[in-house]
Amino acid sequence: MSHSAAIRAAYWRGFRHGLPFLLVIVPFGLLFGVAATKAGLDLAQVMGFSIMVIAGAAQFTALQLMGDHAPVILVLAASLAVNLRMAMYSASLTPHFGRAPTWQKALAAYFMVDQSFALAINEYETRPAMSRPEKLAYYAGACSPVCPNWYVATLAGALVGAQIPPEFALDFAVPITFLAMIGPALRTLAHVAAAAVSVIGALVLSFLPSGVGLMIAALAAMVTGAQVELWIARRKAVRQ
Amino acid sequence: MNGYPDWLVWGIIAALGVGTFFLRYSFLGFLGERQLPEWALRYLRYTPVAVLPGLVAPLVLWPAATGGETNPARLVAALAALGVGVATRNTLWAILAGLAGLYLSLWMVG
Repeated sequence: MSHSAAIRAAYWRGFRHGLPFLLVIVPFGLLFGVAATKAGLDLAQVMGFSIMVIAGAAQFTALQLMGDHAPVILVLAASLAVNLRMAMYSASLTPHFGRAPTWQKALAAYFMVDQSFALAINEYETRPAMSRPEKLAYYAGACSPVCPNWYVATLAGALVGAQIPPEFALDFAVPITFLAMIGPALRTLAHVAAAAVSVIGALVLSFLPSGVGLMIAALAAMVTGAQVELWIARRKAVRQ
Repeated sequence: MNGYPDWLVWGIIAALGVGTFFLRYSFLGFLGERQLPEWALRYLRYTPVAVLPGLVAPLVLWPAATGGETNPARLVAALAALGVGVATRNTLWAILAGLAGLYLSLWMVG
C-alpha cells in the first residue's frame, strides 16, 4: 500500500469507527439545543456554546448553573472542572502526535471529545505500527461523523425547542442526561464513593448561594475518590 | 437569559471555549511529553463523578418545574436512567430508559 493510500485507509477506518457514536451525539445535541433555548438563550448563543465549547457535559453544567443565577466565576469553575479530563486526554495523545505541526495539534485539540479520544487511543494500542500521519488521519476520520453533527443536532434542537409544550416535561431532560453520564462512570468503588460524597455534600450545602455548595462538595468528592483508590490499592498490596 | 446581560452570556461562552481549548491543547501544545504526577492524575480521574452527581441531586429531589416539590414521576425517571446506565455502561440506553420512565409514570400518575 502506498503512503497516501495508507493515510486514506486510516481516515476511513476512523470514520467507520466513529459512525455509531452518532446515536449518542445526535440526541444529546438535540437536548442541549432544546434545553438552552428553553433557558432563554437566543439561537446565536446556543450555537456559540456548541461551536466554541464542543463539550456536552460542560455545556449542560454551565446552562444549569446559569439557570440558577450562579455567580459567573462558579459557572466557569464548575464547567471547566467537568472538562479537566481533557487535560488527561491531551497528555495521553502527546506521544502519538506531540511532534505534529502546530496547526494540526490545534485542530486535534479543538475536536478532542470523549469519543474521538477513546477510539484513537484504542486504535493506536491495537496498531502500534501506524505512522504519525496515519494516526492523525484516523483521528480526523473519527471526528468527522461526530463533531459536525454536534452542531447540526444542537441547531435542530434549538429550532424545534421553543415549540415543545410543557406537558413533555423536557425540563427533566437535563437531569436525565446527567444521570445517563454518571451511571457508566461509576466504574469502581472509589468512583461510587466520590459520587456519594458529591450528592450528600451538594444537598447538605444547598442553603449556600447557588454553585458554592456544589464547589465544596465536588472538592470533597475528588479527595474522597483519590483516598478510596489509595486505600483499596494498599489493601490489595497487603493481601498479596 | 434571565439574570445575565447579553454581553455576559457571550463572555461566559467565550471564556468556556478558550478555557476548554487550553485544557485540550495543554500537553499536546505546551507541556510536551512531560508526565503529570501520579497524585494529580488520581484527582483528575474523579472530577466528572465529583461534579455531576452533586449538580443533579437537587434537580432530581427538588425539581423547579414542580415548584421544588419532590415528584414521583421524576424520581422514577432518575432511577431508571441511573440504573440502566450502571447496568449497561451505555449513555444512550440510559437516556432512553430515563425518558421512558418519565413518560410512563407521568402517564400513569398524571
